[in-house]
Amino acid sequence: MPDFLLNALLAGLALAVVAGPLGSFVVWRRMAYFGDTLSHAALLGVALGLMLDVNPTLAVTVGCVLLAALLVTLQTRQPLASDTLLGILAHSTLSLGLVVLSFMQDVRIDLMGYLFGDLLAVGSTDLAWILGGSALVLGLLAVLWRPLLAITVHEELAKVEGLPVAAIRLSLMLLIAVVIAVAMKIVGVLLITSLLIIPAAAAQRHARTPEQMAFGASLLGIVAVCCGLSLSWFEDTPAGPSIVVSAAALFLLSFVLPKRNA
Amino acid sequence: MSEALIRLEGVGVSFRQQAVLEDVQLSVRPGEIVTLIGPNGAGKTTLVRAVLGLLKPDHGSVWRAPRLRIGYMPQKLHVDATLPLSVLRFLRLVPGVKRSDAEAALSEVGAAQVIDSPLQGISGGELQRVLLARALLRKPQLLVLDEPVQGVDVAGQAELYRLITRLRDRYGCGVLMVSHDLHLVMSTTDQVVCLNRHVCCSGHPEQVSFDPAFVELFGQDAQSLAVYHHHHDHAHDLHGGVVKPGLMIHGPAHVHGPDCKH
Repeated sequence: MPDFLLNALLAGLALAVVAGPLGSFVVWRRMAYFGDTLSHAALLGVALGLMLDVNPTLAVTVGCVLLAALLVTLQTRQPLASDTLLGILAHSTLSLGLVVLSFMQDVRIDLMGYLFGDLLAVGSTDLAWILGGSALVLGLLAVLWRPLLAITVHEELAKVEGLPVAAIRLSLMLLIAVVIAVAMKIVGVLLITSLLIIPAAAAQRHARTPEQMAFGASLLGIVAVCCGLSLSWFEDTPAGPSIVVSAAALFLLSFVLPKRNA
Repeated sequence: MSEALIRLEGVGVSFRQQAVLEDVQLSVRPGEIVTLIGPNGAGKTTLVRAVLGLLKPDHGSVWRAPRLRIGYMPQKLHVDATLPLSVLRFLRLVPGVKRSDAEAALSEVGAAQVIDSPLQGISGGELQRVLLARALLRKPQLLVLDEPVQGVDVAGQAELYRLITRLRDRYGCGVLMVSHDLHLVMSTTDQVVCLNRHVCCSGHPEQVSFDPAFVELFGQDAQSLAVYHHHHDHAHDLHGGVVKPGLMIHGPAHVHGPDCKH
């Protein structure tokens, strides 16, 4: 297997594993639009990273974290609904990112790569970032699993029972931010959310515990990455979109399979 | 007189310059059932949130006994339909709870049969009992119940109030609850606090029902809503079956067998 294909496969698998449990929380807590907003803002992070000459993965992570903080502040300070705010932030940050990039005539960047991913161009440094970031997020998710479930079920009940709800909610946002930074190279800013929510949604119908759904989502994500990469390899289709198409096919398949009776 | 579990003095809360609570005094002692009644918008839930520490009052002080363990039963529980969570897992979100603990708490509240059911699939009455079981698992010194009988039929409401009294007798915990059902709570409560932004009147149920402030607040219905003492020779369980004192039987019209769905 050529190096670039092995890198692509490892990167895709790492993302699929971590996207399973994290995507489950995105589905349970109805944060799909939030994930979309963060990933749109990631392009602005890239642009600023290039302008300030910082590592783009780091710039995107920091950018996402700042945006998450801004969002939480705005939510508590003014009456607009969350989805309105998210819509404003998503599209204005994406546009601002594109405008900033257009000013940098001297920098040659592959815009399509950032928007839709460039999995087959993952180098060994990128791979190290992706593997490290995924491992970090997976570890933190394992530690925070029960508190995260508790605040997902009922935030006030969790708070009365002594959990630091605000801190836990913020950590979930940060974990999503890190995964978006890591996943941008793989599927691109426009497609990241799909990798979080499609496998989780596909696993949902057949899961009877939160862990089954998280684990199932990881498995389906792995299958989607393998199918997508094969499609890309044999039919010369773009890798990121191929993975998303495979995941969507698995989602449709989950409706065909008979539901297990409790 | 034993020391109070909580004591509120001169508590005032405003939202957007509009006073929701003004100069509220309230205390709950161990083994005492205190019921908050009042019309919609009287600030009952706001007061409960101040007691729980979920909001900080603008005026006055909220004192809680050091290391006070509070069991809280929220007014509503909405868990996203995509989160596969059994009743057992819901109860085990309280740290350190084993299956046997959860079983014991559920039998205590008369809902042992739903332990393995999905949380979203049980009836309103069962859900209220499950929430009460979760509050009990905290081994509370103070139970805070926000409209504990919401969504329960009339016979079930009286049974739930009797259950709350039994739990108070067994554990000696203080109980603070919010209720709309004057005639039902009057017979089971030690102290009634009639709230309409401020404490209109408070005291023993008989006393309150003749208080001019109470009569004014609830109009000519006050007398028909107030205390009535009578005794049943039987009670009803969750399925509406008759429960003779000390003897659990199901209604004669229905015999449980492999064909029935519950």
